[in-house]
Amino acid sequence: MLDADSISKPMFVPPEGVQARPWLDRVHEWIVTVDHKKLGLMYLCYGLLFLVIGGVEATAMRIQLALPNNHFVSPQTFNQLFTMHGTTMIFFSAMPIVFGIAVYLVPLMIGARDMAFPRLNAWGFWMSALGGIILYFSWVGGSGLYGAGGAPDVGWFAYAPLTSPAFSVGHSTDYWIIGIFVSGFGSIATAVNIITTILCLRCPGMTLNRMPLLVWLNAVMAFIVLLAVSPLTAAQVMLLIDRYLGGHFFDTQAGGSAVIWMHFFWVFGHPEVYVLVLPAFAVLSEVIPVFSRKPIFGYSIMVVATLAIGFISLSVWAHHMFTVGMTSYANAFFVASTAAIAVPTGIKIFNWLGTMWGGKIIFKVPMLFCVAAVCQMLIAGLTGIMLSAAPFDWQLGNSYFVVAHFHYVILGVIVFGVFAAIYYWYPKATGRMLSERLGRWHFWLFLIGFHLTFDFMHVPGLLGMPRRIYTYDTGRGWDIWNLIVTVGVVFQALAILLWVVNVFGSYYKGEVAGNDPWNAWTLEWSTTSPPPDYNFATIPVVRSARPLWDLKHPEDPDWKYE
Amino acid sequence: MAAPDPANIFSPVSTPANQIHHLSLFVMAICAAIFVVVFSLLVYAIVKFRRRADDDGREPAQIYGSNQVELAWTVIPVLIVVVLFLAAARVIHAVEDAKMPPGATEVVAVGHQFWWEFRYPGQGFVTANELHVPVSDRGHPTPTHITLMSADTDHSFWVPRLSGKTDLIPNRVNSMWIDPHETGTFVGQCAQYCGTQHAKMLLRVVVDSRADFEKWAANEKNPGAQVDTAANGRKIFESTACVNCHTIEGTNARGKFGPDLTHIMSRATVAAGAAENTKENLHLWIKDPDAIKPGCLMPAMQMSDQDIDAVTAYLMTLH
Repeated sequence: MLDADSISKPMFVPPEGVQARPWLDRVHEWIVTVDHKKLGLMYLCYGLLFLVIGGVEATAMRIQLALPNNHFVSPQTFNQLFTMHGTTMIFFSAMPIVFGIAVYLVPLMIGARDMAFPRLNAWGFWMSALGGIILYFSWVGGSGLYGAGGAPDVGWFAYAPLTSPAFSVGHSTDYWIIGIFVSGFGSIATAVNIITTILCLRCPGMTLNRMPLLVWLNAVMAFIVLLAVSPLTAAQVMLLIDRYLGGHFFDTQAGGSAVIWMHFFWVFGHPEVYVLVLPAFAVLSEVIPVFSRKPIFGYSIMVVATLAIGFISLSVWAHHMFTVGMTSYANAFFVASTAAIAVPTGIKIFNWLGTMWGGKIIFKVPMLFCVAAVCQMLIAGLTGIMLSAAPFDWQLGNSYFVVAHFHYVILGVIVFGVFAAIYYWYPKATGRMLSERLGRWHFWLFLIGFHLTFDFMHVPGLLGMPRRIYTYDTGRGWDIWNLIVTVGVVFQALAILLWVVNVFGSYYKGEVAGNDPWNAWTLEWSTTSPPPDYNFATIPVVRSARPLWDLKHPEDPDWKYE
Repeated sequence: MAAPDPANIFSPVSTPANQIHHLSLFVMAICAAIFVVVFSLLVYAIVKFRRRADDDGREPAQIYGSNQVELAWTVIPVLIVVVLFLAAARVIHAVEDAKMPPGATEVVAVGHQFWWEFRYPGQGFVTANELHVPVSDRGHPTPTHITLMSADTDHSFWVPRLSGKTDLIPNRVNSMWIDPHETGTFVGQCAQYCGTQHAKMLLRVVVDSRADFEKWAANEKNPGAQVDTAANGRKIFESTACVNCHTIEGTNARGKFGPDLTHIMSRATVAAGAAENTKENLHLWIKDPDAIKPGCLMPAMQMSDQDIDAVTAYLMTLH
């Protein structure tokens, strides 16, 4: 049973001299570790490093597109940039960040001492890491024939037959295939691990309906990973067979089907959006209640909505294919399923609103990011509704409108959610607070930059500007919008710079956090910051969804209302 | 270009684009209404329920939820989704399952890296990059039915003011239709990434009056002009690798990899819209295609400037 002492005094004091070991020892310790907290942080750092790399690639593209007929990069380089940007951000930034948050927090939140399979956890991380390294090695090893080399330029969606040997000579596409194949295995392993951990390692008293929402949403996320990454991994094998063993799955010159690849890719690709956005929703569902000083509004319907999103997300993929000439019946089906997913997503937005309603909202940096993310999810959801109407998509699909829409989700919701998570849990992971002042600068600069870039990016799409073009002529009405979009990047880059300064500076100079700096309610705040090896000296016992609330308010505990 | 935004999806001039336009206004009206309501609630909550400076430090009332409220914000969105679905399904059916009247013009569009081939099977000629179609009367529509195929990778046919986009996919036959109500030139471009020069796979649809269209088609049926003053250029053309890729009717040039040049001077642009069709640009295009469209599949022909001048002069006669 938790007692009041356990949240006020450290349970674990490191013996003298631990920090004085040689750096090589410490590096070695991180490399061979199977501790979920170290692996979580490694996932996170790895993902954030690639976030910066992918961001640099995006910046190069935005410089190229800032002016019509610009010559900042060559067409070939531009195509490589958007291929690498997309692949990097999805597979080697967003996925590792999401897994990092899950692997770090899930055991702490369910009162467990580690993941169910600690070694598999390490294996999963290192496979993902290897995948990223293989992909980036293509800049070095990608050229098979003279002049054909460098990074892959087939797009992150790698539509057939552009990936066939006839159109993609050399090995750059092979690095893309194998990089994703390898990291896919890591993702599947980690998904299995998260599911098993949640099902088997919850502390006494933590029934499924007392799990923090973050844990619920990550469980659903892990199930989607299992179901969605597997077909993608299978498709990569088929593509390799096409390229090297004379297969014809996607080889249209020999009777293969380009459309089958699209199905394989989007059967992964759309659920993948929910793989990334559910963990962001998870963060919002933890942070908003704490900073509104109220429990989450409608806990059980939030769980049901999450399960509904999980199920429906598996049936919407072909809305990426409204223009490939499916029958009117097939198109209508995917309109229905896509629009339907707006309902559980809407429910979530309403429940966050309900949580804030009647609360006493404290606008610390994590909450600022969360509130912005909710507003941006509203807009992204509505542009998603516009795109779900297939005929409207015939105009909007593959235009800059779509690019704006999904960046609204990926930056506006997921990255904002990730920043909220970092500001919120950094004290837990490091023992020190991030600077509130720098955090506010980071938030406002990033918000301004985000809206300059992605609000105005919708417009050229409506004026007929397609995606993935390295340049455009003047006179199409796109010039001014593209310039504004690029200007927004400057603000975002500045914000990221401040954030990096904050993360490193606060590590050494930040205010000491204590166990529970936010006066929060879930189990991770009952242990020290940073938590000791194996997290809890004694395994906690819980009686409600907010064990620390019960502890702090013995006169009015949650379990009375269950 | 007449309009400041020549490819604005909100200024349709053809039935499919028009139907999409109507649907889009309906969908956007609903989205705008939802946005105003929910965003106002969010702003209200943020302003009204923020912790005050004079806060007493006590926790607010702990509310766990409300079944009535949950039911309301589940049922209302479900109803909206049903309405949106019905509206979309109606337009899908109207555009996709439309029956073509007997007088429809048939065109086969074939996507190539990085240009468009347009075949007019009923009339027996082939052209490239600039699609000519007759204007259609609203009362007595004479639409153009376009069969879409690809010779290599995926492409997508998108002229926003005429219709939504439809993909051209190798080993698959798609189709679409347009019935422009105004004459004029409408621009668009390939909307599916197809390789290095996807960006300069531009597309023009020239909507002619019925008489102009007949006149244009009659000219297209003629073999390439044979003007004595350009005989030298023609000879060079016919004796170099040009003929491997290009066709000029009435000569030995029967290549199929590149655009048909029989009536190249009837087109306003070269290189799939990347440059205006002028003497200088033709010369540059033959001398160094990468100068206009780096990464395109046309090789530099390594001819002397004199020869290029002669070939250019010959091409300039192909009206």
